[in-house]
Amino acid sequence: MKDRLMTSTLMISHLTKTFEGVKALTDVSLSVASGERVALLGHNGAGKSTLMKVILGLISADHGEVSVCGAAPGNAAAREHVAYLPENAAFHPALTGLEQITYYMRLRNEAASGAMDLLDRVGLAHAAKRRIGTYSKGMRQRVGLAQALIGHPRLLVLDEPTSGLDPVSRRDFYALLDGLAADGAAILLSSHALTEVEARTDKLLILSGGKMVAEGSLPELRREAALPVSMQLHAINGYDTDIMKAFPAAIRANGVLQLACSQDEKLATLARISKLHSKLADVEVIPPSLEDIYSHFSRRDGQ
Amino acid sequence: MIARIFATASSELHIARRNRWVLIAVLLMVVFSVVLSAAGSAPTGALGADRLSVVVASLTSLSVYLVPLVALLMSFDAVAGEVERGTLPLLLTYPVARWEVLAGKLVAHTAILVVAIAAGYGAAAVLTMFADSAATSGLASLWRLTWTSVLLGATFLGIGYALSSLARRVSGAAGLAIGLWLGLVVLYDLGLLAAVVADNGGGFTTKVFPLALLANPADAFRLFNLTASQAAQAAAGVGGAAYAVPLWQSLLSVAVWPLISLGLAAMAFRRVEP
Repeated sequence: MKDRLMTSTLMISHLTKTFEGVKALTDVSLSVASGERVALLGHNGAGKSTLMKVILGLISADHGEVSVCGAAPGNAAAREHVAYLPENAAFHPALTGLEQITYYMRLRNEAASGAMDLLDRVGLAHAAKRRIGTYSKGMRQRVGLAQALIGHPRLLVLDEPTSGLDPVSRRDFYALLDGLAADGAAILLSSHALTEVEARTDKLLILSGGKMVAEGSLPELRREAALPVSMQLHAINGYDTDIMKAFPAAIRANGVLQLACSQDEKLATLARISKLHSKLADVEVIPPSLEDIYSHFSRRDGQ
Repeated sequence: MIARIFATASSELHIARRNRWVLIAVLLMVVFSVVLSAAGSAPTGALGADRLSVVVASLTSLSVYLVPLVALLMSFDAVAGEVERGTLPLLLTYPVARWEVLAGKLVAHTAILVVAIAAGYGAAAVLTMFADSAATSGLASLWRLTWTSVLLGATFLGIGYALSSLARRVSGAAGLAIGLWLGLVVLYDLGLLAAVVADNGGGFTTKVFPLALLANPADAFRLFNLTASQAAQAAAGVGGAAYAVPLWQSLLSVAVWPLISLGLAAMAFRRVEP
């Protein structure tokens, strides 16, 4: 653990932030290591954007410690190494995509000659010389992504980066992230929903009501949630009652027998079902969905 | 640092050009200057001054209204617009200091003002010298008017940035800017005149009035130009009191006001929480 802390690009411990008496973040701790992709999940108002703004130094924390690339958040040294993609990235509508990216590159002391390559990387080369005012939401999001790739950021903070992107663009986006992480960048991205992050991240953090309610990889969260596994038994005509006798807890719905059991009982239950194989047409095992797991954690605090 | 300031300035110039601010500022200055130089040449003979000096006196009275207006029009959106569009948080995560952002905007807006002022005054000068070849003796006054106009513009750019930071909404900033322009440029003088008339040569007129003129950047600008070109007699209203205030005092006010207003702007911008 100690080693991991040493190499963490982003370190937050016991962070608390209050807005006019309302607690936006309560005792939040997390770390993102170099090369790690971390997803921050939570409902609207769970505190994701506030947490990101604290990391970026846009707002200050009340209590707790934050270290970004070894510096205080918002400090000039920290800003050198951090890239940000705001939720609904907005730009001046009168500038062209190329002018906007050129401006950002010059602010980061990068040669502006690379602006076109960068726009090409996010698939915007064809529209580079059009005003951003004429862009679609997805295109603006790509400008946002392009500016986050300027230089070689050591930490990328991405606020709902995939909103407004179609499924194909979303896949391209994750491929881009994989490349950045492989080059050693630490990535923290937020999302409303577990399905959005497509499990293409190393670690999941779930915020609810300003508190960190879960932390771990997807299999870890699945285990911790210990949600029941649901099974659907399709009986061969006429054998319904026999099966209902063997599994009194089963519920009949739409001609299918529904059964739920805990993770621990899953194999034993399947063994009992297989004994009835002559009376069954089919069995389906449905693990808890990503949405179920997410709801389980994010509703724990009475949300 | 310089690179980042110029990066911001060049971006702002693109925006100002597309939004037609450059065109609007230049047209305003040229049209009004040309009209004034044509209309203002009538009383020349009576005063015995060269035509250009008289035109400069008229241009001074015009610039007191127009330069602050153009400056405020360009600057009221500077911070509130970024806040409202949602572009400010991202900009502030870049390795650029807030004052550098303001400095970049200032460079761009001042450059536009310089172009507009040069075009307006230049057109007036060319017209006047075309009509009266002796008018070249007024070039010194015109040069004085030019650089003081730029300083006056910078003062109101700073005021505009400060209001823009305080208002945080574009509509609010626009209202504040227009209100301030009316207050400082129009109502302030009317109020002073009323007070002077009521005071009838008492303590207010001799002690407070000159200070009140120096405290207002627009009045100080007018005083300085009229005193320096000894054209006070050609001006009406508050400007007629020019000879009562020593030249160095109005010069000091003209020179210091941009620093004060830009300092206020930087302070106000620092307090904006994105």
